[in-house]
Formats: sequence, C-alpha cells, structure tokens
Amino acid sequence: MIDVLSSLLILAGLFFYLAGSIGLLRLPDLYSRLHALTKADNLGLGLLIAGLALQAQDLLIAFKLLLIWLAILAASATNAHLIARQARRLESGS
Amino acid sequence: MNALMLLVFDGLLLLGIVSLAWASLASSDDRNSVILFMAFGLVLAVAWGRLMAADVALAEAAIGAGLSGALLLAAVRKRPAQMAAGRANNSHNPDRTGVNMLLQWSVTLLCAALAGTLAWALLDAFSSTPHETLPQAISANLEASGVSNPVTAVLLNFRAYDTLLELAVLLTAVLGILAMGRATAVYQPAGPIFDGLVRWLVPVLILTAGYLLWVGAHAPGGAFQAGATLAAAGVVLHLAGHPRIGLPAGFALRILMAAGVAVFLAVGLSLLVMGRPFLGYPPAWAGALILIIESAAMLAIAATLVLAFVGAFPRSTATRAASRQVREEEAR
Amino acid sequence: MLTAHVMYGLSGCLLVALGLRTTLLHASLLRRVLAINVMGAGVFMMLIAVAYRGLGVPPDPVPHALVLTGIVVAVSATALALALARRLHAEHDNG
Repeated sequence: MIDVLSSLLILAGLFFYLAGSIGLLRLPDLYSRLHALTKADNLGLGLLIAGLALQAQDLLIAFKLLLIWLAILAASATNAHLIARQARRLESGS
Repeated sequence: MNALMLLVFDGLLLLGIVSLAWASLASSDDRNSVILFMAFGLVLAVAWGRLMAADVALAEAAIGAGLSGALLLAAVRKRPAQMAAGRANNSHNPDRTGVNMLLQWSVTLLCAALAGTLAWALLDAFSSTPHETLPQAISANLEASGVSNPVTAVLLNFRAYDTLLELAVLLTAVLGILAMGRATAVYQPAGPIFDGLVRWLVPVLILTAGYLLWVGAHAPGGAFQAGATLAAAGVVLHLAGHPRIGLPAGFALRILMAAGVAVFLAVGLSLLVMGRPFLGYPPAWAGALILIIESAAMLAIAATLVLAFVGAFPRSTATRAASRQVREEEAR
Repeated sequence: MLTAHVMYGLSGCLLVALGLRTTLLHASLLRRVLAINVMGAGVFMMLIAVAYRGLGVPPDPVPHALVLTGIVVAVSATALALALARRLHAEHDNG
C-alpha cells in the first residue's frame, strides 16, 4: 500500500521534471524558461522527496529529506533570481 | 527488486552517462561543454551509489561535480580582453583545426583498438573468481585499525602513505596556481537575496562538514568529502564578494595550507622515533590519531581548494585600493 | 561475473576511448581538459566495477580508496591546467 503511494508520488514528481525540461526546450525567452524550470523542478523534487520519505526506515531520515528539499528550494530560488538579474543587467547595460 | 528492473535501470543510467560525455566533448560551444560535463559528473555520482561505492559517490558529487564544475564555469567566463575588444564569442572554437580526415580516422581506430584491448583484459579478469586476499586481510584487521568504515581504514591506516602523497599533490597544484599570480575575478558584494542565502548556507555547510568528518569513521564520509563541503562554503563566500572568504590572514593561511601534509608527516615521524614503522599506528591510539590527521587534512583540503578556485591569496580589507587597481587593469 | 560487471566495465573502456580521441584531436585547451577528465571517469568506472560484488554485498574497499585519491588528484590537476590556460590566454591577449 505504502509502495503504491510512494510510486505514485515519485511518478508525479518525474512528470513535473519532464514538464520543466520541455519548458526549457520550447519556451522562447530566458525569463520564461527560468520561471518554468525553477517552479516545475522544485515541485517535482518535493513530490519525489515525499515519495522517498514514505519509504524511509525512521522519522529522522524523513526529516533529513525534508531539510534537503527546503535547502534546495531556497538555493534554486536564489539562483533563479541571480540569473535573471544578471540577464537584465546585460540587456540594459550593453 | 528483480533482475530485469535492475538491468533496465543500469542500461538507462549508462546510456545517460555515455551520451552526456559524448555530447559534452562533441559540442561546438565551450560553455555548453562545461555544463554538460557538470551534468555528467552528477549522473556519475548516481552510478557510484548504484555500485555500492557510497564514499566515492559523496566525493564525486562534492569534488568531481561541485568543485570541478565551479572551476570550469569560472574558466569559461568571457575574458576581459575579449569584452574590451568586442570580439565575437571566442568559445565557438573550430573543431578540428588543420587535422585532415585520414588522421582523424586513424586516431579513432586506434582509440577503438585501445577500448577493445581494455575490454578484453577486463572481461578476462571478470571471468576468473576474484582474489579475496586483500579484502579478507582488511576485514581481519579492521578492529585494530581504529575505524569501522573499511574505506577510511584503507585510506588513513593501511595505505596512509598514499593519502599523504595525495595531500602533497594537492598542495603542489595549489602552489602552482598561486604562482600564476592572477586572481580569477573580483566579485562585487552580494545583494540582499544572495546575502540572505549565504548567511544561513555557510553555517549549515560548516556543520555538515564537521558531521561528515566525524561519521567517516563508521559510515560513508571522511576528510575529503568534509574538506570539499567546507571548500564549497568558501566558494560561496567568494562569489558573494566577501574579501576574506573566511580564511585567516597572511602567515596563518600558509600554515593552514600546509597543515594536512605537516600533521600527517609529524604523526608518521614521531611514530618512527618511537620505534614503530612509519605511519604504523599502535592499535590503542589508531582511532585518535586518525581523527587528528583527518581534521588537519579537512582544513587543509578546504583552504587549498578555495585558493585553487580564487586563484590568488585573498585580499584583506585594508587593500581595497589593490582590488580597484585589479579592476582597472582588467578593464584595460 | 555479474551483468553489472560487464556493463559498467565496458562503459568505462568506452569513456576512456572517447576521452582519448577528443584529447588528441580537439583544438581547444578547455575541451582537452574536459576530455582528460572523462578518461579519468572511465578509469574510475572500471575500478569500481572490479570492486563490485553484488547489491547489498560489501564491496572490495581498496579500489574505492584508489578512486577517491584519483578524484582529488584529478581536480587538483584540472585546477592547475585551467590556471595555466588562463595565463596562456592572458599572455596571448596582451600580445
């Protein structure tokens, strides 16, 4: 039962990763690509980690997985901000 | 997990690894190559995890993909002279300048022959039963080695001499880099968002490094992974524009760089003086000695890798004028 | 001989050949550094395949230690090579 739920969550996470990658390839503009990729990948990672946390042996491991998700969330959001800011600067500067 | 699923997983993983390597090397743009190479390193870490090599997976993710990736990305920045001259992007290199088709084909055939020879030797080795003399000797002596993680025991006890020389190689490489005398870039102080990230990320990285160092004695981890995590904290600080990068000043920094090799040598030589073989730890003291050596090695690895990334000694806040000078020099 | 041995071992050989070919033929310094790293990764894959004994079975730790050493040495060599390349380009740009 838990295995089925776990697999469903992981598959949902993979679907969002796929959506993000398709967005990366097909969207016209740097900003829209960045937006799609960051949002989709973070959500995909969250679902993936939820699926893995169900498989964890004890609560401590599930908690560590949650912390990993939060750390990646903050780091990737900051990355997206930095990339977008630099792109804006290059556009308006030169 | 049945064998078929594992086979499919292995097949897809290896297909991904080889395609990423081929795409990275065959790309026409240097920046493209570097990004694909970073992806290659990360998927390689997954492969190491699959093959029950957890310590190697940690090291590959931290050093091979993380730090190598940072170094390579810094190397493909537009060079200041290019930007000043307004030249077209020089990273679109002509692929095979002046190498004719015959030479290309003969090199390709020779490389294929090399791959074939290696494959033949490997398959021959795999078809005979593996020699278990070394692994058996290691598990027999693991109790006396001071740690319970076999890889750490091999690295820091049974083959400690190799690790000493490896630390010396790292130090020599960084001395070479520092001798080039040119910093990679001077980054401006970070804005509020990046600064906010750095404020909590660096302490978490330091804590994780300490944990990896401690846990390396009985689970996958160790000095190299911990040192690489600390180096990542240093790289993040450098990118955020901190002039000191958390490193000490002047003479203390040089002592820190040499600490890995120095402490290792000191332990080895003092054991020699006490009548034991070089780096032959007495079993009662082995755990403590390994921890001391690993701590010094972690700090030294972190300091040297950060300096390798920065390319020069960090400027102290007192030399603000010097950094302005470098910026003017780069703009010229 | 497990299937994993054959698959990962042969992929390692393939990576070595791929890296060597690009090192010899490509013009850009950076690409050659990447190719040498790919060769290194191929060698590591062969070593770890040799150390593998099966899923859930403790592997042979000696090749793992060798690969760990190899990864650190590879990154130091890469850093030095990139610094040399940077200096070469700087000398070239300054005429």
